Amino acid sequence: MSFIEFVEGPMFYAAAAIFVAAGLWRIIGILRIGKKPDLAPPRGSATAGWWKGNLRHFFPRGLFAERTWMHILGGYGFHLGLFVLLFFAAPHIAFVERFTGLSWPALPRWGFIIAAEIAFAGLIVLWVRRFSDPVMRQISDWDDHIGTWLTFLVMLTGCLALQESVVALRATHMLFVNIWLIYFPFSRLMHAFTVFLSRGATGASYGRKGMNP
Amino acid sequence: MTNVAITTLLNQTDSDIAAYLEACVHCGECAEACQFYESTRDPKYTPTFKLAPLVKAYKRHKAPLRGIKKIFGLVPDEVTEDELREWEPLIYDSCTMCGRCTLVCPMGIDIAGTIRKVREGYAAADIVPDGLKQARVNVEKTSSPMGVTPKALLAQIKHQEEDTGLKIPVDVQGADYLALFSSHEIMASPEIIGAYARIFAKAGLSWTISTEAYEATNVGVQIGSGPLAAKLVQRVVDEAERLGVKYVISPECGHAYGAIRWAGPNLIGRTFDFEVLHIIELLDRLRRDGLIPAGKKDERRLTLHDPCQIVRRGGLLKEPRRLMDDACSNFVEMPGAGIANLCCGGGGGVSANQRAEELRTKAFGVKLDQIEKLGGVDAVVIPCANCRGVFEDGLFDLDRELEVIGLGELVAETLADDPPKAAE
Repeated sequence: MSFIEFVEGPMFYAAAAIFVAAGLWRIIGILRIGKKPDLAPPRGSATAGWWKGNLRHFFPRGLFAERTWMHILGGYGFHLGLFVLLFFAAPHIAFVERFTGLSWPALPRWGFIIAAEIAFAGLIVLWVRRFSDPVMRQISDWDDHIGTWLTFLVMLTGCLALQESVVALRATHMLFVNIWLIYFPFSRLMHAFTVFLSRGATGASYGRKGMNP
Repeated sequence: MTNVAITTLLNQTDSDIAAYLEACVHCGECAEACQFYESTRDPKYTPTFKLAPLVKAYKRHKAPLRGIKKIFGLVPDEVTEDELREWEPLIYDSCTMCGRCTLVCPMGIDIAGTIRKVREGYAAADIVPDGLKQARVNVEKTSSPMGVTPKALLAQIKHQEEDTGLKIPVDVQGADYLALFSSHEIMASPEIIGAYARIFAKAGLSWTISTEAYEATNVGVQIGSGPLAAKLVQRVVDEAERLGVKYVISPECGHAYGAIRWAGPNLIGRTFDFEVLHIIELLDRLRRDGLIPAGKKDERRLTLHDPCQIVRRGGLLKEPRRLMDDACSNFVEMPGAGIANLCCGGGGGVSANQRAEELRTKAFGVKLDQIEKLGGVDAVVIPCANCRGVFEDGLFDLDRELEVIGLGELVAETLADDPPKAAE
């Protein structure tokens, strides 16, 4: 078995299995802790609040934008760019099609380049803030840095492998993807899923009060 | 001591709190919404950083997948007493539980609510500021954090009866409404009792004050002691149910409203046989029902402070504004008014904590800047006695002048007609 066959075969299956199993374990583990029912008579709907809380926090509040603009630009740039790369890069769609038979229109090459540049710029801004801003230095830990670097390496090797002409580059990309998948559920990268629990919990609580921050 | 704190912290961690701790991405945005950080620029006041003892305990003892992480040495060490003590000023002095940080948090984390849970651990281990300990002693003796006795209350009621010419009902069985007050109102601004008398006489309400349960302030919520908070709520519930009232009126006091309206039933483990109304909510209802029509408006330039526990965390956003619109002709809103308004800097027990005085004054300075940006404000209307106290102290410390008035008082002063004389 060649290295590319290993990282696209057994290692990928194992990494994907760990990603799914450990991710579910973590989410279910949080939910299983449970909470007592709220006995205070509600003034509004907790369910509506859950949804509103989730949607409202996608958008920054204008009042704070002046002070947090760098984070807003970096955060939006990175996340939107990564989303586009992940789901609309032609090799990714081909990869998914190989396993599921599902396919959808891919981004043209120039679109990929723009999305990648935006994602890289955003990620670098977010990372530079981690050590240049006193608040970020105070609160950052090894998990924040490892998560950032792994994501950066996955994106970098992905760009290098875009042409799909050098097997070693594609294998390197898949190796980092697998490491990233294994690391993901044990790390703060899980915020991609826990965000909905967090926003929802606050939204539901405030929704009951007829308020929605 | 440390074990008690850790056990309590873990018991307080339900699935919502766990979701918050799991979702934080250490983006630091919360600092930009916190007055304590804004006024000092010290990174230790970053709201999420204040949660560190809970985060450590959770990751070590309760977080999913901790078993696997332990194999690789990736769970944090046990929280130590030194750490708990080191964090105590961050938990009690530099957080008013105002909840403004939640607005800016991209994860929507309720840091204020989580700090409230952290305080449970601290209170259980008795790692609490001296000022709040003294308030707890006073409450256990008199039910009031300022030591206000029924005798003192009755003396203030008598003065207000003389001032208003109205009989103020006390311990009336079968009244519809039971009015609560905060110690600060009773001792520092007793005219609010007279204002209630004038408004309720105008509206024809059947109401009473109780000498058994007159205090709305809940030190248990401020310290973070669930058992004490429950005891204080229970005292009001028992008296309200003994008198057979239909409504309990929470006064112009932020945390007191949250304590009885939103936390109360959960603290004592059952729903109430009466409805809890905030006085602002009641006044707004009476106004809309046409029972207390507005008269001549106050023509001064007035602005409204939004007490965090009444507006952002209490849900009463429109009610005070409708009352303001009726009561004054030159009402101006602060920048960021309403849900995102700045705290006074002294909520959540910070005003009772002498150790925090310097920090509180700095945080209040940010609030004052917000008001002064409006220019030419004659008075600020504040529907919270604690906030009013913080404003008065802060204005004195910063050598500034600004009139501070309660919303209930303003409504009473701008009623349409003179109140009728008391029937008895």
